[in-house]
Amino acid sequence: MNWADLRWLVPELVVAAAAVALLGADLVLPADRKRWLGGLALASLVAAGAACAVVLTDLGGLGAPGVRVFADTYTVDAFAVYFKLVALAAVALVVLVSLDYFPGRTPHLGEVFSLLLFSGVGLLLMASASDLILLLLSIEFVSLSSYLLAGFLKRDPKSNEAGVKYFLYGAATTGVMAYGFSLLYGLTGSTILYDIAARLDRAGPAAYLAVGMALAGFGFKVSMVPFHQWTPDVYEGAPTPITAFLSVGPKAAGFAALVRTLSIGIPLEQVNWPVLLAALSAVTMTVGNLLALLQRNLKRMLAYSSIAHAGYVLIALAAWKSAWALQGLLYYLLAYLFMNLGAFFVAMVAAEGTGSDEIPDHAGLSQRAPWVAGAMVVFMLSLTGIPPTAGFFGKFYLFAAAVDAGLLWLAALAVANSVISLYYYVGVLRALYLMPPAAPGPVPVPAGLRVGVLVALIGTLAAGLYPEPVVTFVEVARRLLGS
Amino acid sequence: MARLAWLIPLFPLAGYGILIFRGRALGDRAPYVAIGAMALSAVLGWGTFLEQVLGAPPFVWRAAWAVGGERVITVGYTVDPLSSITVAMITLVGGLIFVYSVGYMHGDPYYARFFAFLSLFCAGMLTMVLANSFLLMLIGWEVIGLCSYLLIGFYFRRRSANLAQMKAFLTTRVGDTLMLVGIMALFWQFGTLDYQTVFEAVREGAEKASAVVRLGPWEVPLVTLTALLIFGGPIGKSGQFPLHVWLPDAMEGPTPVSALIHAATMVAAGVYLVGRAYPLFFFTPHHEALAWVAWVGTVTALMAGLIALAQDDIKRILAYSTISQLGFMMAGLGVLGYTAGLFHLLTHAFFKALLFLAAGSVIHAVHTNNIKEMGGLWRAMPVTFWTFLAGFLALAGVFPFAGFWSKDEILLEAYHHNPGIYALLTAAAFLTALYMSRLVAYAFFGRYRGPEQPEPDPWLPEDYARAGVRGPHHGHGAHHGPHESPPVMTVPLVVLAFFALVAGFVGIPGTGPEGGSWIHHFLKFEGFEEAGIRAPSFSWPLALRSLAVAFAGVGVAWVVYGARWVRSDQVREWVGPLYPFLRNRMYIDTVYAWVFVRGGLALAAGLRWFDVQVVDGLVNLVGWVTVLVSRLHRLFDTYVVDGLVNLVGGLTRGLGILLRPLQTGRAYNYILVAAAGVAIIVVVSLWKL
Repeated sequence: MNWADLRWLVPELVVAAAAVALLGADLVLPADRKRWLGGLALASLVAAGAACAVVLTDLGGLGAPGVRVFADTYTVDAFAVYFKLVALAAVALVVLVSLDYFPGRTPHLGEVFSLLLFSGVGLLLMASASDLILLLLSIEFVSLSSYLLAGFLKRDPKSNEAGVKYFLYGAATTGVMAYGFSLLYGLTGSTILYDIAARLDRAGPAAYLAVGMALAGFGFKVSMVPFHQWTPDVYEGAPTPITAFLSVGPKAAGFAALVRTLSIGIPLEQVNWPVLLAALSAVTMTVGNLLALLQRNLKRMLAYSSIAHAGYVLIALAAWKSAWALQGLLYYLLAYLFMNLGAFFVAMVAAEGTGSDEIPDHAGLSQRAPWVAGAMVVFMLSLTGIPPTAGFFGKFYLFAAAVDAGLLWLAALAVANSVISLYYYVGVLRALYLMPPAAPGPVPVPAGLRVGVLVALIGTLAAGLYPEPVVTFVEVARRLLGS
Repeated sequence: MARLAWLIPLFPLAGYGILIFRGRALGDRAPYVAIGAMALSAVLGWGTFLEQVLGAPPFVWRAAWAVGGERVITVGYTVDPLSSITVAMITLVGGLIFVYSVGYMHGDPYYARFFAFLSLFCAGMLTMVLANSFLLMLIGWEVIGLCSYLLIGFYFRRRSANLAQMKAFLTTRVGDTLMLVGIMALFWQFGTLDYQTVFEAVREGAEKASAVVRLGPWEVPLVTLTALLIFGGPIGKSGQFPLHVWLPDAMEGPTPVSALIHAATMVAAGVYLVGRAYPLFFFTPHHEALAWVAWVGTVTALMAGLIALAQDDIKRILAYSTISQLGFMMAGLGVLGYTAGLFHLLTHAFFKALLFLAAGSVIHAVHTNNIKEMGGLWRAMPVTFWTFLAGFLALAGVFPFAGFWSKDEILLEAYHHNPGIYALLTAAAFLTALYMSRLVAYAFFGRYRGPEQPEPDPWLPEDYARAGVRGPHHGHGAHHGPHESPPVMTVPLVVLAFFALVAGFVGIPGTGPEGGSWIHHFLKFEGFEEAGIRAPSFSWPLALRSLAVAFAGVGVAWVVYGARWVRSDQVREWVGPLYPFLRNRMYIDTVYAWVFVRGGLALAAGLRWFDVQVVDGLVNLVGWVTVLVSRLHRLFDTYVVDGLVNLVGGLTRGLGILLRPLQTGRAYNYILVAAAGVAIIVVVSLWKL
């Protein structure tokens, strides 16, 4: 092992060190100062973001090819850096809104932030892992911290239920995935993706078995049907900032790992995975949307919507041969980060004001918190995919990729699903704007939450109105993946 | 300075933002925001203009806005002689009209909103002028269209204003739709909307055999078709025949709006666009797109001049005059008079804004729009009279006023390139002098024919009066006949009158190099030189001929309306059915109302029937099926999936005993679904792939 290679891991090391430091500081700080820990967590995330920029510069700028370190088990390239930045942004925004959420609900504030950071470390590792063992470990790292976070409010039975369910489901699917990985190892004698790709040529049907089982683990992380059933229960029960985190962080990293594993490790000649994923994409978006139609609880609705969005993103893998596919996936996940976090943050405001997660109880929020309700309009329109929001550009890229790859039926189905989704997204706006307020008086919006909504709003609009910088980045990331 | 030019449209935009959100709180201070923003734009605009005058090279800035594969859509702006001189004109005229509005609109309950809309309009107009691509131009174009709609209907409780704004919006939309198709055709052909790239491609393409589109029996070169589609936008926006019908009705808006939007700037946007996209029109085979522009302009100039003769509403006469002058500009551009057409755009902006503002001052005083109820106003309103006279002389084309120089340029170009058009335009110039003299004779000379105590303002909506608001033309207590307007309104008139006199001097031969005029040197089209087309030089015989035509028009009017040697009702008898024909605007509006409005309504009624009977049925069916499917899905989830899971669950229950203390039951089901999922994925992929 070459110690100098550790410089590629500076972002991961910074976040990990901060997470450990937070645990220690939590013991010595008096209760009324614990919010400082959130500040420390934010500072470490910003530092890690800066370190990512340094890593990118060390690579030789945006256009330079990536490096493989630690005997090819870890790949640092533009693709990985992009996902690391997305993950850091997700964790940072969630830490920001947690500053006001957790005090008063739990005394163990330091542990919340520490677990969020540990989960962040896992996400950073997932984005780069090019070895099955490292991949499994980093997924488990994310999962274990997420289980704890989902069940963190110990006195809340729903939170408890969410944590336990999440754990059981995760353990089972990871087990299946591990079994798939072991098959791949058995077939090729290696756990490194690059070697697997080279030696998988005589695998035959066993390769399908291995890929199918591995999909269980990835599908769990990204909420792909049929590995989606945990989603609504966990989203509903977990503390809302954690739900917001689960809906974007692990999902994005899951897609990063899935893309890297399939595109590098599994040659198309051996396993025709785009066809398989086209079917899964179609089923996932349709099931998610149809079930979202029936929801009255905002968090459950967003959970099913999150399943549907996983379906849209899967189009990228189905249409893999199109140059637009990966670009669309990368762009979409960034857009989804802003718009979905924004929606959950507004849900937090609404829940604070009304004490309920039911959509009809949010009636008239436009009069009680006009600014936040206005932001919700943008998030809902973006989730539907209406210009000039980021969601529109994301869907445009993905649907164009489907058409480009000749998957007209999938593009048509995706458009039809988008139309269906308009119904339940606009249903939220209907409650916010057209129904009379359930209670009088303005709803207070804590400072951290206010900043969070604002950042999400700016991100959603900016990425839609001026997509050029993101598009440049994702174009480079696409071109350099696997080179 | 050119590097800061992007700020020019942003100042009024910021002003709009402030006024629309804080307008009510600002109250009477609202105009200061608008005027301040406009002043900043004017300083920058004139700075960039003077820089260009002193010989700075054109400056283009662009940034990628969206990337789709190989195609990059850029936004940016251009500072060159054409855009900088137009910006200078807009900021100057706009600023003066803002100042005038302080007096004219004072007391209006929606004072701040008025200035907000005007500011947004200026932002859009300046964007449109500075844009360096069809995309950004279109954005500005639509913004000014919207502002025009909002401001025509500013007195929104008045039915006629609502109808006028709808008419304006829908009529211009016809042209805008054609233009949008043209822009798409450009993008399809060249993969970009950037002016520079498109024009270079058109120039190179003109040498090759261009693609041909079959339209029924005709074969049209694609480039010509594209240019003509784009010309649809200017036809609508600049009130050219046959889409001119909205402009006279647009006079329902407050008078400063008529001056700024429907005389000086927005209606000139179409002419500006033809000038901006001149290569597109010029490099068509045999310049055939330009021939269309020339004939549309000529027909418009003549038709509007004739209609103006038989109108009595002072603002409508001026509106038809504007249409006619816009026709002159188009005709000028069409007969290869690039400089001439755009020169007339600039001078016309000054004197037509002046005429409208002075007319506003008159209406303000006599509370009527009918010139037959005015008379003798030159004594009561000296400043208004003398400034109006300056505008009149400029419009009629009397030496040495601005209109003389610019109109003469157009006639000169027409004389050299198309004698037929020259003859028709000369007739139109005669009509111009005639109808304007008629207007001046009725309004300012003779004796005052209106009541001593004027009726409440006909332009004032009733509910303004009911609410006790003094409305747009604020009252002055007891009236004792017409009287002069306050200085805040007359000072802008005087400044504009000054420009109506001197703005044409840049067209005097000898002011530029090689005996030519300065404006020819400053605004020139490079394509002419390559094609070997030389601008004809100034000729005194021609200039004297146009001057004689102008005086002939004034003279005929004097005979009928001044000295009254011939009574006007006698003239009416002589011309027979021509008078009602002209008075009713050649029945064009009537025909449109029958064919398009009634036809459209009938079609809508038919479609509505279809919609209710057929489409709704289908939609309801689809909706019902969707709900059914989703219910079935839920049932499937509940019974079939869960049932399957329970089945599998029963088999594995023995294993589950160990885990039971941790189970919630449902999580257990979920995992089994996942397991079944893996099995299905593997089996299906092995079997099918």
